[in-house]
Amino acid sequence: MATLEIRDLHVSVEADGGSKEILRGVDLTIRSGETHAIMGPNGSGKSTLAYSIAGHPKYEVTGGSVTLDGEDVLEMSVDERARAGLFLAMQYPVEVPGVTVSNFLRTAKTAIDGEAPKLRTWVKDVRSAMEGLRMDASFAERNVNEGFSGGEKKRHEILQMELLRPKFAILDETDSGLDVDALKVVSEGVNRVRQGNDVGMLLITHYTRILRYITPDFVHVFVDGKVAEQGGPELADALEESGYDRFLTPAAG
Amino acid sequence: MTVVEENRTPGDELADTPGATGRAHSHGAGTVPDASRAARRTSFEVADFAVPTGREEEWRFSPFARIKALFEVAAAESAPALEVSAPEGVEVRSGSLEEVGAGTGFVPGDRVAAAAWQAGGQAHLVRIPAEAELDEPVLLTLRGTGGATSGHLVVDAGRHSRATVVLDHVGSGTHRGGVEVRAGDGAQLTFVTLQEWDSGAVQVSQQDVLVGRDATVKHFAVTLGGDVVRLSTNVRYAAPGGDAQCLGLYFSDAGQHLEHRLFVDHEATHCKSYVEYKGALQGETARSVWIGDVLIRAAAEGTETYELNRNLVLTDGARADSVPNLEIETGEIVGAGHASATGRFDDEQLFYLQSRGLAEADARRLVVRGFFADILQRIGVPAVQERLLATIETELETTMPAAAGATVPAAGSSTMPAPAGGQQTDAEKAEEN
Repeated sequence: MATLEIRDLHVSVEADGGSKEILRGVDLTIRSGETHAIMGPNGSGKSTLAYSIAGHPKYEVTGGSVTLDGEDVLEMSVDERARAGLFLAMQYPVEVPGVTVSNFLRTAKTAIDGEAPKLRTWVKDVRSAMEGLRMDASFAERNVNEGFSGGEKKRHEILQMELLRPKFAILDETDSGLDVDALKVVSEGVNRVRQGNDVGMLLITHYTRILRYITPDFVHVFVDGKVAEQGGPELADALEESGYDRFLTPAAG
Repeated sequence: MTVVEENRTPGDELADTPGATGRAHSHGAGTVPDASRAARRTSFEVADFAVPTGREEEWRFSPFARIKALFEVAAAESAPALEVSAPEGVEVRSGSLEEVGAGTGFVPGDRVAAAAWQAGGQAHLVRIPAEAELDEPVLLTLRGTGGATSGHLVVDAGRHSRATVVLDHVGSGTHRGGVEVRAGDGAQLTFVTLQEWDSGAVQVSQQDVLVGRDATVKHFAVTLGGDVVRLSTNVRYAAPGGDAQCLGLYFSDAGQHLEHRLFVDHEATHCKSYVEYKGALQGETARSVWIGDVLIRAAAEGTETYELNRNLVLTDGARADSVPNLEIETGEIVGAGHASATGRFDDEQLFYLQSRGLAEADARRLVVRGFFADILQRIGVPAVQERLLATIETELETTMPAAAGATVPAAGSSTMPAPAGGQQTDAEKAEEN
C-alpha cells in the first residue's frame, strides 16, 4: 500500500516576464488501487498538476508539498521521481529519432528497475502488452514517436505504463484526439493495469467520455487552480448533464 | 528536434523545377560567389591561387588565423609516417608524386592543396588489382608527430574489384593531405577517412574521387579529433553509370572547427550521387561547417542526386553552418533534391526521457547514439564502427562533466526556458524533380 499525498500545492509559471500562479492550493490523496479522475475546464490547471508532480522544469513550486510514502517528491530530479514509482502518460510525447521503441522500452525498464530485465520474460511481456493494445509487432522497430499517429502515441504511452509498472500513474488527457475504437483499446489497457497491479491512478480529462470505459473511484472538479468539488463517479454524470458552467459563475452555488 | 537555424532563400523552391533549367540557385551566398561552381579554379600551380584574405566564398567560414601558414609551400617540413596493413595482393608503394602516378584523378582546388602538391614530399599508392575481391579492409594510419607535413595518397581500385580502404589520421601537428581515389570500371570501393587527431592538430585536406563506368564508390568521412579540420571532397565521374555516396559524421566540441566541403560534379550521363552528413556539436565555441555543392552540367542527362545535412546542437554556444547548393543545367534528370536541418537537443526531449527513469547523461547518450546510429552502421567495418561509437560516448562523458554529474532542475527551479510544446517539427526542404 502506497500513498501519494499532495498538500496545499502552489505552482507558478513564467509568462510574459512575470510569474503567474496556476495552482492555488491543491489537496489530494491517492492510495494504491484507487483511480481518481480530475476534471475541469481548459486552463483550470489540470495539466499543470500532472507536470508539476512529474517535475517539469517549466513549473515552479512556490508552496505546499508532494510526498510519496512520506518521501519528499519535490526534492527529487525528474528521473528520480520516475524511479520512485511515478509515471506520466503525456499528451504530447516527443520524438526520439534513431531510437527504436524496443530499445527505448528496455532502456527505460532497466533504468526504473536498476537492472536489465530478464530477456525471455521481457520479450514475452512486451509482445503480450502490444497485442493487448492491438499494436503490430513491427511497431517495436519504429523510432520512438517518429511519424506516430495521435492514437499510436497514446497506445505507446499506455504500453510504457504497462511495462514499467509504476506505483502511481498520471494520465494527462490520454483520451484527447482518440476515436471511439482507439479510446476503447486504450481504456482496456488502462483497466488491465488497474486490475493487474496495485496502482494508484490520476486520470486527467476534459471530457466524461473516457469515464464510460474507466470507472473512477473518485472525481475531483478542478476550477481556477484548485479542487472545487469532489465526489464519486456520479459527479462525472452530473457534469455530463450540466457541464462546467455552474463552476465558472462565481455567483452560482 | 527544434530547428534553430536553417539556410533557405525565399522563393528558391521554384528554381529547381524542370521548367527552370539553366538557372542556378544557392543558399547562404557569401561575398562574391562564382557565377557557377564550375568556374572555381583548379590548378597544380600554387601561383595560380592568390593568397586568400578570408573573405572569399570558399574561405569565409574557416578560422583563418589558425590555417594561414598552410598557404605557403614551405609550410611542410616532412612527410608523415604511414602505417599500412593490407591483405595479400594489394600493391602498396611509396615514392614521389610521379613515381606513384598521382595527378590523373586529382587537381588541387585551392591554394592549400596546390601548396601541398608543390611541396611534394612522399606520396603513397594503394592499388587493388582488377577483379580482386578483398575480404579484409586495407588499413592505413597516418600518424602526425607534431611537425608540419604534406602528403599525397593514391587509392587505385582496378576494374571490377571490390575493396574497403580505411585511412585513419591520428597524432598531432599540422597536416596538408591530398587523397586521390580512382575507381575503375565496375569497381566497388569504400573509402573511409577518419580524422581522429589529438587536440591541437590542424588538417586541411582535399580528397578527389573519380568514379569509373558503372563503378560504385562510397566515401565516408568521420571527423572527431583535431582543433581544425577542413576536408574538401570532390567527386567526378569518368564515364556513365557511376554511383557515388558521400557519407559523413562529425562531433565538434568546444574550440573545435570541423569543416566539410563537398562538390559533386555531374557531367557524365546516368550517374547517381547521394550525400548525407550528420553532425553533433557541444560546448561553447564548438563549430561545424558543411557545404554541399552539386552541379548537374548540361550534358549530365539521367542524373539522380540527393544531399542531406543534419546537425544536432547539444548545448548553447555551439554553431553549425549548413549550406547546400544545387545547380542544375539540364531538366532531363531523374531527380535532384537537398535538405538541411539543424536541431537541438531540447528540454522536452530531456524531460521525456528522464520521466522514464533515465538520468540526464544517459538521456543525452541515447539521443546522440540514436542520431548517429544509422549512418555509423553504413561504414560497413564493424571494428571501426564500434571504436568510433566508443569515442563518441567518451567525448560525451569527458567533455560534459556537468551533465554527467549534475542533477536536473526539476519543478522548483525556474532557470530553464519554457518548453517549446508541439514544436518538434524537423523542418526541412526537399526538392524533387
